[in-house]
Amino acid sequence: MSVRVKGYAGTPLREEDLEQRRVLLVSYWPKAKYIWSAGIAIGRYLAELKNGRIVGRQCNKCGRIVVPPRMFCEWCFRPNDSWVILKDSGVVNTFSISRITADATRIKEPLIPAVIQIDGTTNAGILHLVGETDPEDVRFGMKVQALWKPPEERTGSVTDIKYFRPIEGEQ
Amino acid sequence: MMKKKRVAVVGAGMTKFMRRAQETGKELAYEAARMALDSCGLRIEDIECVTMGSAPDAFDGVHMKGEYLIDGAGAWRKPYMRNYVGGGTGVFAPIHGWQHIASGLFDTCLVVCEEKMSSCRPHPQAAFLTIFDNLTERPLGPNLVWIFALEMHRYMHVHNIPKEKIAVVSVKNKKNAMDHPCAQLPQKITVEDVLNSETLVWPVQRLDISPTSDGAAAIVLASEDVAKKITDSPVWIDGVGWNLDTAYWTNRDLYYPQYVENAARMAYQMAGIKNPREEIDFAEPYDPFDYKELHHMEGLMLCKKGEAPNLAWEGVTQRDGKLPICPSGGLLGVGNPIAAAGLMKICELFWQLRREAGKRQVPGDPRTAVAQAWGDLMQVGTVVVMRA
Repeated sequence: MSVRVKGYAGTPLREEDLEQRRVLLVSYWPKAKYIWSAGIAIGRYLAELKNGRIVGRQCNKCGRIVVPPRMFCEWCFRPNDSWVILKDSGVVNTFSISRITADATRIKEPLIPAVIQIDGTTNAGILHLVGETDPEDVRFGMKVQALWKPPEERTGSVTDIKYFRPIEGEQ
Repeated sequence: MMKKKRVAVVGAGMTKFMRRAQETGKELAYEAARMALDSCGLRIEDIECVTMGSAPDAFDGVHMKGEYLIDGAGAWRKPYMRNYVGGGTGVFAPIHGWQHIASGLFDTCLVVCEEKMSSCRPHPQAAFLTIFDNLTERPLGPNLVWIFALEMHRYMHVHNIPKEKIAVVSVKNKKNAMDHPCAQLPQKITVEDVLNSETLVWPVQRLDISPTSDGAAAIVLASEDVAKKITDSPVWIDGVGWNLDTAYWTNRDLYYPQYVENAARMAYQMAGIKNPREEIDFAEPYDPFDYKELHHMEGLMLCKKGEAPNLAWEGVTQRDGKLPICPSGGLLGVGNPIAAAGLMKICELFWQLRREAGKRQVPGDPRTAVAQAWGDLMQVGTVVVMRA
């Protein structure tokens, strides 16, 4: 704010002002629903998760193998070339310890969201969770492997992997 | 890259920032725009075009928010366009306005940024969740804070940064905000207060985060000839830059914001700045989280990679330090009505470079400053260099 200006606009309200209707209000509860086609690349990716394997795409021009897969290389801006069956293991590139859920509810047992760099890719990671370990024991560069849901419970979703757990000998 | 016309900021205005305003978005936009016009003695008839910056429609539950806000923004029956690059919007809006004038199309442009986050109930957090990839990430039930915690932790790991050297940024900015009459969270806190505040998603704690806010800010831009008729002390926009990285955010190393560096290089080249560490007198990097100020100082090349936490710890970035950073109080102290918060930083550069910042005035003879914003999936950098 400039010293040349003496007054400034804005009328603060408190939560109680809304609850007790001290000001006039209009409310609205949207009921929007969406169904997304998973598309070509993620469609195959999710289908392969249902089969219990992780797949990526390779570009022959820059050589990168990436996951999540896409049918084009955004670097070379050309169609990429082939599907690559990857291992279901990787390393923890970064991680955090979440004490809140998606709607900011507090939770006792913390979640461990992490970026897992999948083995065989060009430093390409995916967002997932780390499990079966104390948060204090998770380390950068830790080797982890996917824990899959039983085949009959898989639906073709990233949640077909329950979480990634430390490979034995890592702790 | 040639620009046709030199562009100046000639006026600025803003509302108070607060958790919940009685005013509607249109009313907030009007107040900020009116103040910006009054500050330079212009009438709405003098304004040839208007640009509006505002973040996701989901906050307001109002679609076509640019069109909704038009009347409050002073754009009735004028060339008008909304721009949006997530959190980077507030520093992109003046770039958008700059394009209108530098191109030679117009001689005056009113730039307005508005955000009203409080309408989204119970907390605007919920509206943020849809930034995660709908097919591969949202099924995991992510919280918005996750990505910042993952980025912050990676940054801390690569440079071996202790948490207290990050917490000191929150302490500084909330203290600086005590001198800002529009501030939402001016506070005297200690590093211990930050370290003892509730852990949400480690390493992010409650006092590492800026608040959600309602508010608006506005500036008036003019071409060189016109600016000199309006004021004796125009502040020049001498460099602009913007850059976006991939939305496949898990495919890059989050320890360094390369896209911010790219945007800064574009702006510095335009402004003829060869050595930003020597030539920038103070800066307003984007600080929605305390670590982001440090991350962005590095992306803006105001110090070496990994060096920013030490500069903050040693007091170099205090308002009376060698390189004042966020003398306004930043988003952590003044508040974070997304797009308006970014434009607030441009207002601060304008007031500081005109020596109008009062108690917040950085000492010495500041002539050159940089403001920057950041957003989307940690992928956009927007940069403006201004000179007195």
